[in-house]
Amino acid sequence: MPKVLMKGNEVIAEAAIHAGCKNFFGYPITPQSELVAYMANRLPEIDGLFLQAESEVAAINMVYGAASAGVRVMTSSSSPGFSLKQEGVSYLAGAELPAVIVNIGRGGPGLGNIQPAQSDYFQVTKGGGHGDYYTPVLAPSTLQEIVELTKLAFDLADEYRTPVVLLGDGMLGQMMEPVEFTEEDMKVLPEKKWATTGTRGDGAPKVISSLELNDVNLENHNHTLQSKYEVIKQREVRFDTYRADDAEYMVVAYGTVSRIAKSAIDEARENGIKIGMIRPITLWPFPEKPFEEYRDKVKAFLSVEMSAGQMVEDVRLAVNGKAPVEFFGRTGGVIPNHSEVLEAIKSLAGGGQ
Amino acid sequence: MMHEIVIAGFGGQGVMSMGQLLAYAGMTENKHVSWLPSYGPEQRGGTANVSVVISDEPIGSPVIQNPSVAIVLNNPSFEKFEPTVKKGGVLIVNKSIVDLKSKRNDITVIEVPTAEIASEIGSPRVAGSVILGAFIQHSKAISKKSIIESLKNVLSERKQHLIPANEEALERGASLVINGDVKKPIA
Repeated sequence: MPKVLMKGNEVIAEAAIHAGCKNFFGYPITPQSELVAYMANRLPEIDGLFLQAESEVAAINMVYGAASAGVRVMTSSSSPGFSLKQEGVSYLAGAELPAVIVNIGRGGPGLGNIQPAQSDYFQVTKGGGHGDYYTPVLAPSTLQEIVELTKLAFDLADEYRTPVVLLGDGMLGQMMEPVEFTEEDMKVLPEKKWATTGTRGDGAPKVISSLELNDVNLENHNHTLQSKYEVIKQREVRFDTYRADDAEYMVVAYGTVSRIAKSAIDEARENGIKIGMIRPITLWPFPEKPFEEYRDKVKAFLSVEMSAGQMVEDVRLAVNGKAPVEFFGRTGGVIPNHSEVLEAIKSLAGGGQ
Repeated sequence: MMHEIVIAGFGGQGVMSMGQLLAYAGMTENKHVSWLPSYGPEQRGGTANVSVVISDEPIGSPVIQNPSVAIVLNNPSFEKFEPTVKKGGVLIVNKSIVDLKSKRNDITVIEVPTAEIASEIGSPRVAGSVILGAFIQHSKAISKKSIIESLKNVLSERKQHLIPANEEALERGASLVINGDVKKPIA
């Protein structure tokens, strides 16, 4: 297929359709509304189901219903609307239902504004709703990577029977870049024998529920979930590195911010500072391995985020006291520019010598 | 070669579309491109801007701090972006509306009477193409042919008849630069 010029939000929608998602329940909110609009336009063309719900809460519960029937299903929102969905995400996790939830983050807290932010990191990586659960979180940094990770989100959801979050920010949702949709073979996944599609008279009725009144049974269910999360942690960690091999200092950044950091790193290298980057692609499970590899080799880490400092906590856990971990961030929808990131790098390198 | 272009003006002046056309044309030339709009709570008559990067190499940050080219279509945009233009860069000014003058002597300034030229062509709607004509003539970032081809792709059926006027507008913009109507930086 030739390259097409599209907005990030539209790329997510088209990539979902390419991944076989024909069911979408959503509610518009800036800066992700183009995703809803695109689905409203496209899904009827392919005999899919688009439904604009009366609220985010309704949309996520419709997702629960569709997922129970075993079909690929997606919903999307931006920070305040994503918060509203949390009860439903917890139910999906509890009932072990596969679904993809998109969060195109914006400045907060509260209603905040509509500019890009990464301040939902805690929420997406530590469960978000009530109860002991995690959701895999994928964080693309380019529009082409959205294509790849949206497909992966559906595959992970089905393989592990879990809700999966695709996390971007307003910048990723609003920007345009050329993308190419490749026709890939569908991954062979376990048959959804649990789906409530009717027993046709043979066998016991299938029940999808997150309710378990017996405490011991619910503890056993929690053990099952935790074992599943362990498997995901072992098998599904993804990250990228940039100019890391000979690095004396290391930036840690994800999503669009990693692109700004890249420009700053290139400039810092021209100034003689040996700096590289670790870019987590899965935010949960957090990639601990590259930190184990580099924490004894580098002099210091710098976490760069569009937040007041959230991922930096996971960086500190992964570095485990073996090297200093500094932080630079902007909040409230302000996009850091590469020269302030460069200044932060210079001060890190100056302070570390 | 990397061109970092900011286009800014009133909402409704075609800022986003001009940027999209450049990005599209860059893509048809197999260049790396990115298009990033300002998308605050904008409204008709408010100011809007778009950042377009056209590059031979993969693009890192789509955010432009110091543009190599700033195209400013109104006074507020001039005030905001004229000081940010990279040393040795270009400021292209919509002279029909902007009455401010750049005092910088380290950038090239091209002033384009867009509305006057567009009305001579007989189509006020092609003012943006006059500016783009001056831009591509000066920067050689993309060819005029790619712009025309892209217009054919992005314009709806109903608007295809505007292509000849746009082509003329691109040529008139280019001829301003060819004729040397440009204030060069003082070496």
